[in-house]
Amino acid sequence: MTTTVGSEARRFEAVLSILDRYERDSTRLIPILQAVQEEYRYLPEEILTYVAVALDLSPAKVYGVATFYGHFSLEAKGKYVVKVCDGTACHVKGSGPLVEALRKELGLEGKRKTTADLLFTLETVSCLGACGLAPVMVVNEEVHGLATPEAAVAILREIKAREGGKGETK
Amino acid sequence: MSGYVTVDGIKVPIEGEKNLLALARKAGIDIPTFCYHSHLSTYGACRLCLVEINGKEIDASCVVPPKDGMSVRTNTARVRSMRRMNLELLLANHKQDCPTCERSASCKLRDLASKMGLRGSRFRRTREERPLDQGSPCLARDPNKCILCGDCVRYCAEIQGIGAIDFAHRGTGACVTPAFGKSLGEVDCVNCGQCAAICPTAAIVPRTHKDEVWAALDDPEAVVVAQVAPAARIAIGERFGLGSGEAASGRLATALRMLGFGRVYDTAFGADLTVVEEATEFLARAAAAKAGATVGGKLPLFTSCCPAWVKFAEQSFPELLPNLSTCMSPQSMVGSLLKEEAARAGGGEAGKRLVVVSIMPCTAKKYEIARPELSRNGERLVDYVLTTNELASMIQEAGLRFAELGSGPMDLPMGFSSGAGLAFGASGGVSEAVARYVAGGLPAGRPSALELAPLAGFESLPGSVRVGTLKAGESAVRIAVVQGLAAAKALVKAIREGRVEADLVEVMACPGGCVGGAGQPIELDPAKRAARTEGIARADGERAIRSTGDNPLVAEFYRSRLGCSPGGHRAHELLHTSYSSKRRIADTAIPLVVGTGAEKIPVKVCVGTSCFLRGSQALLAELIKRVEAEGLAELVDVSATFCSESCDRGPTVQVGGTAIHKATPELALAQLRAALAKAPAGATAGA
Repeated sequence: MTTTVGSEARRFEAVLSILDRYERDSTRLIPILQAVQEEYRYLPEEILTYVAVALDLSPAKVYGVATFYGHFSLEAKGKYVVKVCDGTACHVKGSGPLVEALRKELGLEGKRKTTADLLFTLETVSCLGACGLAPVMVVNEEVHGLATPEAAVAILREIKAREGGKGETK
Repeated sequence: MSGYVTVDGIKVPIEGEKNLLALARKAGIDIPTFCYHSHLSTYGACRLCLVEINGKEIDASCVVPPKDGMSVRTNTARVRSMRRMNLELLLANHKQDCPTCERSASCKLRDLASKMGLRGSRFRRTREERPLDQGSPCLARDPNKCILCGDCVRYCAEIQGIGAIDFAHRGTGACVTPAFGKSLGEVDCVNCGQCAAICPTAAIVPRTHKDEVWAALDDPEAVVVAQVAPAARIAIGERFGLGSGEAASGRLATALRMLGFGRVYDTAFGADLTVVEEATEFLARAAAAKAGATVGGKLPLFTSCCPAWVKFAEQSFPELLPNLSTCMSPQSMVGSLLKEEAARAGGGEAGKRLVVVSIMPCTAKKYEIARPELSRNGERLVDYVLTTNELASMIQEAGLRFAELGSGPMDLPMGFSSGAGLAFGASGGVSEAVARYVAGGLPAGRPSALELAPLAGFESLPGSVRVGTLKAGESAVRIAVVQGLAAAKALVKAIREGRVEADLVEVMACPGGCVGGAGQPIELDPAKRAARTEGIARADGERAIRSTGDNPLVAEFYRSRLGCSPGGHRAHELLHTSYSSKRRIADTAIPLVVGTGAEKIPVKVCVGTSCFLRGSQALLAELIKRVEAEGLAELVDVSATFCSESCDRGPTVQVGGTAIHKATPELALAQLRAALAKAPAGATAGA
């Protein structure tokens, strides 16, 4: 129990050490935000405010930078981030049906990208530079080439089974 | 750079101009632009100031520095066609409700579309409709009218040093917004409204309270009284074809009575009271400091008339709050006295409800009246603030020909001020008024009691810092006058570091002081703005009584109405206020240890700037370590907060409802153990 109790505190300490590592230098905002996002998997509002105060920047400026880059997320992301390439090659090779199958499997409707239990986030990206393997899907750091809807769904189900039946949304 | 640039065949000498646009203006050619303002950084966003350079490239003239031998053409077919297309693109994403838009008469987009002969846009709207922001008491935002010129963003960051709004998102999603898409009312906006004044469209406008005032005027059970700020009378005529800077107090009094106001008072009388109270406060503090007392207020004394500055100080310099004059602003003094009189009489005239309305050049005054410190028995000291512009619109709506109105008097005693009271309307006026009072009047044959000169080392700052010395008896009072909050921030830093010494500091947020307030008619022409400042000086000069000390009604007021001398008990009750430090952004706390017990003790460690400097980071780490080591983690909720609002005594830790100042891990843990001992048995069962 105590290991989870202190995790928020430890993450915040990590933010402090990130700020120290970059010498609280406001010109290094982007690498600071990258490191913070690595810690939290997204950029929580209160942490961004803290970073702004610590760097003597206005929170609106930090928010502007955080929303400009597609890499940064202000919403909590799932433990598994699934990126489906929708670049030209992947698109013509069928990334559309692939995304549809995954959205259905994860029960994601409308603009939602992340499952309610925070296990999966599904994103499309513009090009992963692996056009020879189109269509390409990446789960966290793991690349799956020549993906089909069936194979992709099977990968997700395997993760779900490993995580003990989570990832189902109504 | 010296030499010449040929602009449309005219040879124009380069005399320090930083860009071609400024050079062309010197040659008498107005190049259209939204985003170029000489006092802000250049941005090159609106793409309207395109010119043809050396017969080849087309570039934005605001970002191209002039070079000797350059040839520039501002009016070729290619330039005209590109400018028009860019304007059409801007129009396509602008909500065009022009007939009912409040900036209809002062919209730069409308003006340029008309000047460039545009008849519609070929392009379709690409942006989604966005919700309005009505969360601030002073300013309303309509993102659907924003053309992304960034003028407001740069003003707020560069001149006011705040940056309450900035660009966010990108592409078609790009917008100007407060942090996290919050409302202006939830962030560090100080309500100066200069964003609204510089906005070329109506994407940010002052909130209006005309409907509420009309309703009060129509209410037979209410007696509505007005007070008029010095700067408002100087500028209102601009809306009715009178020259800039022409004082219109007499016409205003007549107009207000015709609109149904029962009585008309002068906020400048409140300014006279402010002079007396603030000077008394200053002299008392100076005497205490001389005697080596550590209590009784600090020096330098900062003025507190400007509500934007007060909020800025509360959220940025909490340790400076004891230096802020406790005097209410002139507006609140007048409101306080009127409301107190009505309360004693059991209501306004004939037992009616008294409604106090201020006519102000300022949007932040709308925030000031909503401050909880400025309510008595649950009732605001001032009920509504109308900006100069709002009142002008009401006068127009009522069909009054303002320029033809006769002169009417203001009601006594609060309708007669000294020239010094009127001087409050311009930057430097508060200091001048205090100087006249302390010096016992205006020195014979001199236009002012205080001579101000730019402070060396601050010339390149936006806004301005001026200093002067007042000889008072044997001692000299060093006075600094700041205009613009970025300049104020720099001056505070310099004073803290001992680089600048001052005894009295006057701070005004807006350009030129209140005359440049965001509630005034929109006017970006520096010459016309200067005319307002001259108007204040003229109104001051025309008064028979120039110094507050010579205003017999002020002395009489202390004698008969307050029954005390300046700074006395009753004066303190009715004319002084208090301040408290504020968070820059509402509702931010970082949960760190979340206990699982049924009853948990909340422990909040402030990690805001001043507590951070006092070591709250190490304190927090140590506290969490100890909490976990002693097995208390289940029983507490530890969070990091940004302000416990007592920054001068940090680091601050709150355990349960108890605040520990100058906290150490030991102190916090002792308090935590004491709280746990008192907690019900259920809470400790999990330990």
